[in-house]
Order: sequence, then structure tokens, then C-alpha cells
Amino acid sequence: MEKPINNRAWLLVAPVFLIVAFSAIVPIMTVVNYSVQDTFGNNQFFWNGLGWFQELLDPSTELGGRFFAALWRNLAFSAIILAIEVPLGILVALSMPREGWKVAATLVVMALPLLIPWNVVGTIWQVFARADIGLLGYGLNWLGIDYNYTGDTLSAWITIVVMDVWHWTSLVALLCYAGLKSIPDAYYQAARIDGASRWAIFTTIQLPKMKRVLLIAVLLRFMDSFMIYTEPFVLTGGGPGNATTFLSIDLVKLALGQFDLGKAAAMSLVYNLIVLAVCWVFYTVMTHAGQDYDGNRRPQEETPA
Amino acid sequence: MASITLDHLAHAYRPDPRGPQDYQLKEINHVWRQGGAYALLGPSGCGKTTLLNIISGLVTPTTGRILFDGRDVTHLPTEARNIAQVFQFPVVYDTMTVRENLAFPLKNRHVPRADIVRRVEEIASRLDLSAVLDRKAQNLTADAKQKISLGRGLVRSDVAAILFDEPLTVIDPHLKWQLRSSLKELHRALDLTMIYVTHDQTEALTFADTVVVMHDGSVVQTGSPEELFLRPAHTFVGHFIGSPGMNVLPAEVRGRTAYIEGIAIALPSAYPALPPGARIELGVRPEFAELTRAGTGVPVKVRRIDDLGRTRIARIEIAGHAAAATVPEGLSIEGDAAGLKLEPGQIHIYADGARVAGEGGA
Ligand SMILES: Nc1ncnc2c1ncn2[C@@H]1O[C@H](COP(=O)(O)OP(=O)(O)OP(=O)(O)O)[C@@H](O)[C@H]1O
Ligand SMILES: [Mg+2]
Repeated sequence: MEKPINNRAWLLVAPVFLIVAFSAIVPIMTVVNYSVQDTFGNNQFFWNGLGWFQELLDPSTELGGRFFAALWRNLAFSAIILAIEVPLGILVALSMPREGWKVAATLVVMALPLLIPWNVVGTIWQVFARADIGLLGYGLNWLGIDYNYTGDTLSAWITIVVMDVWHWTSLVALLCYAGLKSIPDAYYQAARIDGASRWAIFTTIQLPKMKRVLLIAVLLRFMDSFMIYTEPFVLTGGGPGNATTFLSIDLVKLALGQFDLGKAAAMSLVYNLIVLAVCWVFYTVMTHAGQDYDGNRRPQEETPA
Repeated sequence: MASITLDHLAHAYRPDPRGPQDYQLKEINHVWRQGGAYALLGPSGCGKTTLLNIISGLVTPTTGRILFDGRDVTHLPTEARNIAQVFQFPVVYDTMTVRENLAFPLKNRHVPRADIVRRVEEIASRLDLSAVLDRKAQNLTADAKQKISLGRGLVRSDVAAILFDEPLTVIDPHLKWQLRSSLKELHRALDLTMIYVTHDQTEALTFADTVVVMHDGSVVQTGSPEELFLRPAHTFVGHFIGSPGMNVLPAEVRGRTAYIEGIAIALPSAYPALPPGARIELGVRPEFAELTRAGTGVPVKVRRIDDLGRTRIARIEIAGHAAAATVPEGLSIEGDAAGLKLEPGQIHIYADGARVAGEGGA
């Protein structure tokens, strides 16, 4: 079929192009501009080529060292909270009521933590966990447990992880709940007829049907925890020492604390690329999983062994 | 294998049923013989699925008991009941292969491995699934998925009965015939009780040797396809079975004569026991009502004649009431006036919908 060609069609695309240009491309290009220059103040800039990037990706330099330290901290944090929030979210979703007034009540309670602004979450936990006046911190110390998140690395990490779990498990649970609700009753009835155990029902019906929402939940939680800033900044400010200095916190320190615009620009670009890469991987996996689902009519070439 | 007895069984979905209108299933007493091929026939919403779910234990009845071979199983859970059920829409376990799907009910019941393999192969070949046994169930067509569901119902050799809840709804018409005959073959081969729910009369009449007709939560008639055709126990059965359904006309009965708006029709027997005040109707199937030349038989008005290929059916009016009749070969009707000849032995009298037996028949 011949496609009609009309150059005026560009006019329809132009507004979107302009908006994207001003909201994304132009700001990013200024960052790219900074990342290839150095300055000694006075608004004088010098061409530095890929120098910052080389330094950033070389762990033996000062910049590279702190970048990789923060990156590993971030990855460790994401891994820990995913390992807790996903199974916990599934468990919560499985035990949520299916019908009656309890559904609405549970949903409201579950949604509460999600509605609290992030810096308020940080503040709540900052106060709650303080060893001198906070209910949690004081209580733990009273029980004889040595707990002080401002001085002790382990305490700080545990506090941040618990805070994140408190804040975000609801999201995973709500997504899983939606997935569970979409399973027709006939599946459960068939499973009972087939004599399936509770565990078999979970692994053969519920988990496969939750696969897609779980992927979305993992993606959302990974991205969000990988870019986490506000809560740890309010709670620990990145300390004690650098123990909870995640990439975003380090970036702000570099850019606004030390005013090292070139280094910070290079770091934010690499940070951004990592996020994009992970998104792309998830997107690919997800569209794949999607095809499997409506695969009714799709001829399947591969024959499983 | 067992006979299944429904003893004063009734069910209401709401927890506090007040009157009969709250019951989705009115009181039922019925025995499903061991080895019978039953069809449960009735319009949408009449309670067929509810009844099946009660038999399989997915629903616990409000009142009454269910007995398997005399043993009360009313409060036994599904898992403990030895019953297989196939649902209207295909249920397959997505992550498993077809083989694993078929083996699943056996594996859960700890059947020995060798037996599982044998049963799965046998059922797969009967359902024409052998070629796809090692494919993932998820990627198959709806037809194949429903065959898997059927297969999971059929693999168990120890079941008291297999319940089919409109299992062929999603299946292509030409495959429907094939699957239905496979089911019939399996029924003969395995000597199992099968209860087949449908709202399609052809499906019911071809599958079953006993048809149970339900209407509005009650069983209105149980019988062979022939009985349902020749002696409908309820005007509903007359309407529902046969196409077109039975003609039901308001009538008055005096002695051996029925009067439809004053038109007299001779009856083969007398009905002295008609309850006073009841709504009396005369029922006759179009197959036993033959159109004749005007001036003979009961005077009728012909509205139109449908040519169904093998037969011709006339849409007629008897004293203003719509009816259908057969048009014998060679008869040509001019204008809209004609006569109607009824086969005396095939005229039934109904009081408030229920058939009344005549007395002193010829
Ligand atoms: N879980 C339920 N709760 C309340 N009412 C129900 C429930 N399931 C069914 N009903 C009602 O019970 C009646 C009988 O339903 P049932 O599903 O047994 O009918 P059916 O004969 O199987 O119909 P169909 O041919 O449409 O499958 C219907 O009026 C339906 O609305
Ligand atoms: Mg039904």
C-alpha cells in the first residue's frame, strides 16, 4: 500500500518535539557539556575530553573509588529490600481478604504508607528510631540491645532497610493482590478437584498468574531503591561516615557540596545510563512474558525437550 | 464407582433463606445410577452448575444429604470425595507440559509412577493429545486446552463420577461432535457414571441415556430421550425439548372432550381428577399435529410455512393461539384456511404446567 506523504505532518509532531527538547534533551545536553569540561572557578571552563569518565570508571582513583563504593552500596541495598519486600508482599497479598467490607478496610490501611511524602517518612523514622527519645530506639536500648543508627553502621543499615520495607511492601502487596484477584475461581475449583496441596496451588496457579505483576513490582522497587535519596538523606545524611551514602547522595555531595560540576556531571550520566540499561532489560523480559500469556494463537516453534 | 443419591437436597446461596424464592435449588430427590450416562439439561441460570458443585463438594448444600453408595458425604471436602469435574472454560496449569497436566490429579493422589504413565498415555491417545504431550500447555489453542481439562477429569480411574459442566462451549462445532463421541466411547469403555451439563438439547439427547431436565431450581422430569419426547411431564419440558417445541394451548376439559376457545377436540381418555381452579392446557407436539385441507379437522389459520428441508412446518393459529404443525407431503394450501388433524394418543393435558394422566384410555 502506498503511504501518503505530506510534509505538513511534521507540524503535528513539532509540539511534542519541543516539549521533549526543553524538558529532557536540553537539560541533559548541559550535563553532557559539563561532563567534558573542567573549571577552576570564575566561570572559566577548560576542555577535559573523556577525562572525568576515565577517572570515574577507574576504581583506583579517588573519584572512581567513591563512585564504586556508592554503587555497591546501592546494589546491596536494592538486593536486600527486594529480597524482603517481594516475598513479604506476596505473603501479605495471599492473606488479604477476598470479599466483604474487610477488603476496603485492608486496602486503605495498606495504602497509608504509600501516601506519606518521602521526607516525612524519613522524619518519622528519624524520630522514631532515635536512641534518646524515639520509641523504637529507646525501647531497643532499654531491652539491652545496643542500637544507635547515627553511630553504628549496622544499626543505620537496618533502620534504612526496615524503613523502606515499611514504606513500600504495601506497593508489592497491592500489585500481587491485583494479580491474585484476576485468577478465575474455576482455577481454584479445578485444583481442589485435582487434589492439589496449598503449596501446589501457590506454585502452579498463583505464582505463574502473578508473574507479570511481580515483574512490574520488582522493576518499580528496583528503580526506586536504586535512585533512593530523600529518606536516607533525612534519616542518616549518608552516615555514619559514608556507610549509607548512596549514589544519589554522593552525587549531591559532589555537585552541590564540593561544586565539582565536571565530575558530578560525568557521574550522573553514568548513573543515568545504568538506570536506562536496567529498564531496557526489564522491558524486554516483560514483553516476552506478555507474549507468553496471550500465546493462544501464537504458533510456538520451539519444542521443549 | 458408586451410585449417588441426593436426599431432600436444597440450596440457597444467601445464608438466611426465608422463603422458596431464596432457594437457587429447590428440594431434589434423585439417584444417579452407577455407570449411567446422564445429561442435566436446562436453561441458563436454572441451577445446573450449583447442583454439580454440590455433588463435587465445592458447594455445601443448605439442607439435605448426598450419599455415595449409601455413605453420607455431605460434609466431606472435594478432595476426599473421589469425584472429577470438568468446567465450562479450560483450566490448565500454565507452567506444566500437557503430560504433567494430565498426570497432576494422579500425582497428587500418590498413584504409582508406572500407572500414571500408562493412564496418561491412554487418555492422551483417546483425546488425540499424544502429539503435544511434551508441549507447554500454555501455548496451545483453546480447543486443546479444553481437551486437557477433559483429560484431567478422565485420567482418574477410581472416581465415583465425572461431572462435565458444559465442557464443549468453547470448542469448534466440528470438533464438538468428535469429542462427544469420544466421551461416549469412554463411558462405555470405563463403566463410569457421567453427568453432563448442557443447555443444548441435541447435545443432551445424543450423549445421555437418561436426561434430567431442570427448570428454575427444580428437576421437572427425568427420563430417556424418548420419554421426554413422547410424554413431557411438564409444559416446560414440552417447550424446551423438540424443535419447534410442543404446542401448548389453554383449554377446558369436559368428559372426553377438550375445548380450545369453544373448538372441540376429542381426547383419548377422561380426566375426572383435574384439580378445580387449576390452569388447564392441552399439549401436542407439532410432529403429531398434521395440517389437512380446509374443512376437515380443527379449523386453523396458516400464517406461514417453513421449509426445513426434510419436513415442512406450518406456523398456524388455533382460535388466535399460535401453534406449529407438520405439513404432509403433497398437501398444498390455498389461502390461509386449513384443517388440523391431531394424533389422539399424543395429546396431553396439563394442570398448572404438570401433566395429568388420563383415565379409561382407549
Ligand atoms: N456464588 C453465587 N452466589 C449467589 N448466587 C449464585 C452464585 N452462583 C450462582 N448463583 C445464582 O444461582 C442461580 C443458579 O446458577 P447456576 O450457575 O447454578 O446456573 P446454571 O444452570 O449453571 O446456568 P448456566 O447455564 O448459565 O451456567 C442463578 O440465578 C445464579 O445467579
Ligand atoms: Mg453453569
